[in-house]
Amino acid sequence: MRRAAPWIAVAALAAVPLLGIGKYPLHLLIMILLWSFVYTSWSLMGRFGLVSFGHGAFMGIGAYVVTMLWNHYGLTPWLGIPLGIALAVAVAVLIGYPCFRFRITGHYFALVTLALTEVARLVIVALRDQTGGSLGVTPKTALAGGESFSLYALQFADKAAFFYIALVCWLGALWVWRRVDRSMARYAMEAISQEEDAAASVGVNVTRTKLAITVLSAAMTALGGALYGQYQLYVNPDTVSGIGISLQIVFAVIAGGMYVQLGPTVGAVFTLLLAEGLRIAVGHDVHGLDTFIYGALLVIFIIYMPNGILGRILERWGRRGAAARAAAPAGSPG
Amino acid sequence: MEIFDVFLLEAVLNGLLFGGVLALLALGLNLVFGVIDVVWICYAELMMIGMYTVYFLYTVYKLPLIVAFAAGILVVSVCGVLLHVLVIRPVLNTEPINQLLVTGGVLFFLQAAATLAFGVQFRNLGLSLPSLELGEIFLPYSRIYAALTALVAMVVLYLFLKKTYLGTAIRAISQDRQIMPLMGVSPGRIYVITSAIGGGLAGLGACLLVLQYDVHPAIGLTFGPITFLICVLGGLGNMVGGFVAAFIFAQFISVGGFLLHIEWGYVMAFVFFIVMMFIRPQGLLGGKQ
Repeated sequence: MRRAAPWIAVAALAAVPLLGIGKYPLHLLIMILLWSFVYTSWSLMGRFGLVSFGHGAFMGIGAYVVTMLWNHYGLTPWLGIPLGIALAVAVAVLIGYPCFRFRITGHYFALVTLALTEVARLVIVALRDQTGGSLGVTPKTALAGGESFSLYALQFADKAAFFYIALVCWLGALWVWRRVDRSMARYAMEAISQEEDAAASVGVNVTRTKLAITVLSAAMTALGGALYGQYQLYVNPDTVSGIGISLQIVFAVIAGGMYVQLGPTVGAVFTLLLAEGLRIAVGHDVHGLDTFIYGALLVIFIIYMPNGILGRILERWGRRGAAARAAAPAGSPG
Repeated sequence: MEIFDVFLLEAVLNGLLFGGVLALLALGLNLVFGVIDVVWICYAELMMIGMYTVYFLYTVYKLPLIVAFAAGILVVSVCGVLLHVLVIRPVLNTEPINQLLVTGGVLFFLQAAATLAFGVQFRNLGLSLPSLELGEIFLPYSRIYAALTALVAMVVLYLFLKKTYLGTAIRAISQDRQIMPLMGVSPGRIYVITSAIGGGLAGLGACLLVLQYDVHPAIGLTFGPITFLICVLGGLGNMVGGFVAAFIFAQFISVGGFLLHIEWGYVMAFVFFIVMMFIRPQGLLGGKQ
């Protein structure tokens, strides 16, 4: 039963669009899945102490490369997405390799990646003749003739198609998380995050291990950015890159819990529902209320719940479970 | 060609003046980092509070500018203390990255609070100071005053740190956190005082910026990243390094912006920063790590 539960949950989730739940709830679900994908990708690094403020850059690269190639050269996103991912990976290596080689960690790593994210945003704004600058840009529609979808342009009038794309990506990210979690790399990364020199002395290739996890995380984030652009059919330097997005990613993950598999997903659900709930409750006229509450909560979370919502819940259960096991007679199956 | 050179010279001089202001901004952040070992990611948002304070006192309550400035500095100084006591102190002994992230939360909070309270419009003092004319070169007085004030503030801070008992205690804490309590210096008290001074410097920066720039809730995102990068480039906590780095950054932005476009000036400055991190990760003037 325990093993089947996740599959049942996934099947139930996959059936949601068939229930005819309406556009708005479906839109919310898609946003949750897309952001969960990005947040989970970030946590692959974050959980090992590699706090990156540079993921806004990777997302921006993914979104803009695909949109620019499509708008200016008519290149299909099926080729644009791999190219965007390739560019993000190249940037990740360009920044990551020297950082890890020269032992730039902690604060310094966070601030170098912060510079990266601003470089990406500013380059997008500065190339305003091509990118539309800070006004953003819309991918040219392939559905002008009234078609319901264009596989070539990766554009769908029906939200359900995107729901399944986002669902597959999110499941993929969870799978990658699990693979990393069960690999030797996890132990290597944990050792590195504790003490790099000690890890190196027992034969861990510090630079290569960190670079591998960074490349993986950057590639997935770029894919997330590209899909976000394709789904919204609008990209803007401030909504897909820059320090604002980087901080949003970090915050949501901390809120959910960055050390557990579903933590980033819980973070996405929590932050999106909070924002939407406030928007419905208070209306459009009051700007900034959601961020105001986020900010305050972020501070409170870090002070009182550094493991996040899900992390805290699992911790409680774990303790109760451990107590129950201790109370049970020895030798009984746990 | 001759005209071109005059404008280039103007860009260089403006860069120098801008560098003075950036150096002052970096100074407060560096002081706090050097002593408490915490990066205030929300530093520029504290500055924003100061700018709003000056704006409202001067334009709405019609107080003299000098009083508004004094109040601005005081308010931000108090904010610095509150930030330390309410937010930083509880996480002071946890993982260092938590201290960075917690002030990130304050950044969101203050930015959104300003949006809620004042809306998103751009506000300015409505002052227009004249420009100094040197032949064909125009230098705004607001920038000249700002750079001069920044210089004076830096000299005062230097003398304070070198010549007074309290200054000596602050420097001592930044050198050895473990030993100083045994010497009768309470780190907690020094941290609060440092936060007040750091906040005060942010407030002074706010006064200088509000003369030249409109205040709006996102102003922190304009000045925040540059300020951290300057501090890191100079070597976090190294005030002289930050000073030098501020002038280098300002030249990139001013001259690069003049030759191409203002965003490219920033891009070049940031790329320079990233490259320098690899060449000298300890900062321009930092010692061996």
